[in-house]
Amino acid sequence: MCNNPLKPSPHKLISIDKLTQDEWTFRIEIAEPPNFGQFYEVSLPLIGEMPISTSGIGDGWIEMTIRNVGKVSSEIHRLQPGKNIFLRGPYGNGFSIADFKDKHVVIAAGGCGVSPVRPLIEYFYNNPGYVTDIDLLFGFKEPGVVLFENDIGRWQERINTIVTVDQVCGTWDGKCVGLITEYVKDIEMPEYKNMVVVIVGPPIMMKFTAMEFMKQGVPKEQILVSMERRMSCGIGKCGHCKVDSRYVCLDGPVFRYDEAEKLID
Amino acid sequence: MSLKLSHQDFDEILGKLRQEYTIYAPRRFKDRGRFSDTDLIRYGEISSIKDMVWNEKSNFSPKEIIFPITQTIFHFTEDDYREPTIDSKKTIIFLRACDINGIRRLDTIFLKNGNDKDFYYQRLREKVKFVLVECQSSFDNCFCVSMNSNTTDNYSIAVRFNSDSLLLDIQDKDLDKYFGGVGEKVNFTPEFVTENKIKVNVPKVAEMPVEMYDHEIWDEYKSRCIACGRCNTTCITCSCFSTEDIFYDTTTNVGERRRTWAACHIDHFTDMAGGHGFRKDNGSRMRFKSFHKVYDYKKRFGEHMCVGCGRCDDNCPEYISFSNCINKISKLVNS
Repeated sequence: MCNNPLKPSPHKLISIDKLTQDEWTFRIEIAEPPNFGQFYEVSLPLIGEMPISTSGIGDGWIEMTIRNVGKVSSEIHRLQPGKNIFLRGPYGNGFSIADFKDKHVVIAAGGCGVSPVRPLIEYFYNNPGYVTDIDLLFGFKEPGVVLFENDIGRWQERINTIVTVDQVCGTWDGKCVGLITEYVKDIEMPEYKNMVVVIVGPPIMMKFTAMEFMKQGVPKEQILVSMERRMSCGIGKCGHCKVDSRYVCLDGPVFRYDEAEKLID
Repeated sequence: MSLKLSHQDFDEILGKLRQEYTIYAPRRFKDRGRFSDTDLIRYGEISSIKDMVWNEKSNFSPKEIIFPITQTIFHFTEDDYREPTIDSKKTIIFLRACDINGIRRLDTIFLKNGNDKDFYYQRLREKVKFVLVECQSSFDNCFCVSMNSNTTDNYSIAVRFNSDSLLLDIQDKDLDKYFGGVGEKVNFTPEFVTENKIKVNVPKVAEMPVEMYDHEIWDEYKSRCIACGRCNTTCITCSCFSTEDIFYDTTTNVGERRRTWAACHIDHFTDMAGGHGFRKDNGSRMRFKSFHKVYDYKKRFGEHMCVGCGRCDDNCPEYISFSNCINKISKLVNS
């Protein structure tokens, strides 16, 4: 029987890190690491399958940060370490690390959008000098849903990091309140030519954040976005993620903004 | 080899072919049509030429033979994923030129888009031989000529139905053995429709102008389209699907993963967990489908997706005319 790309393989769940009430990071055994920004089709037999991006890459494992929001994700939140999760992939183009070498990199991520850029940030954190300069800009809805607080605290020691929340309810010891777009101008951008901006988040956030960077002078060709769409297969057959002539699963999820702005759903 | 056969002789050959092949053709399902006292014509297995409707257009395309409406892709027993087996018999499909050209579009999506071939499509598709049914005249709503899909040479046999006989052009050497010693040798090659009543101009643009995406021509479809998805399900080239898991009962870990046709006109097509989705209004779904059929598929694969079979127009309960819609787009962008 020929190779069946829809057939997943079992991978052991190593550990669970409960970031917030609903967003947990699952560390899963895997032999071959994916590229930055790629995703997997994650499934549990009898429950279903869903596409999830990689929020961490290590030696023999990957991490996925999964919000308890649907049928499959809620079942995954009931798993105990030691159990199997089924994966196929990795899929998608992801980020090419060479695109960032010797550049001034700005990463702007909103909410769950921090997940797919976290491995990239870790790489720059652990390899000082790979990029000439780096700024991080994170936006969350409110203080209770700030993701990766420990990581952000660690990154802040070496990297200029702005964390903002849309609204304050409860305690918030961060300085910034408001949308990400309001803080773009606070990032020092001395030389636009040498910059790469990565924006990941909800569609409306990516659009307005990209516009803000463009207003500051960054050419759209130097902005990368990572798109999220419904997918059923991840391999260019099911049609759910098609936008214009592009398939987010095959040609994305990472697109240059000069192309992404023309992809009208 | 070209032959003239009586219906009875052909039935005898079908009988022999059925030992090796399952034979599909359009069949009549009485009173199952979309209005009261109308029939449904869709594909089904036949054992005699009498079972087949050859002088009308089928409401549904033959795509369900190789891309079933619902298809089990895995059986689960605890952690074991097992692919279902399929019938070892090969397949013969009686179909028209537009549908043969339409199946090339399905082949493109399932076998050529991306690096992976679709296992389930491929194993059904590989078994298929086409019997081209000659169109003696164009049917209502057909616009195959405008879409360059009125002709084909991709068939094992071509057949012309006459009321008392059949003319066959047998191209496939595998099938010669079934036709030894029967009928009368004649000169026959199939003819193709060269003109339809409906003519369509496809938009001739490399890039669709951005103002076309929220143009007012889509407004009428916001209310006229009821998002039933009949245009998608009857289309030979619509190939989208969704996947879901089911368990047979709650006490055992036994069940299956299935995929089922999905459609860009139907609600929830783009919805993600958490509720975010795109194209909430039916006008933008009409725009998305139309551009796929006559614009962006071609940008990716080099030929238009739509083959002009006109089934979308035959089956729309709101009498939306897709051919008319294409002409409206073209009038705006080509002028």
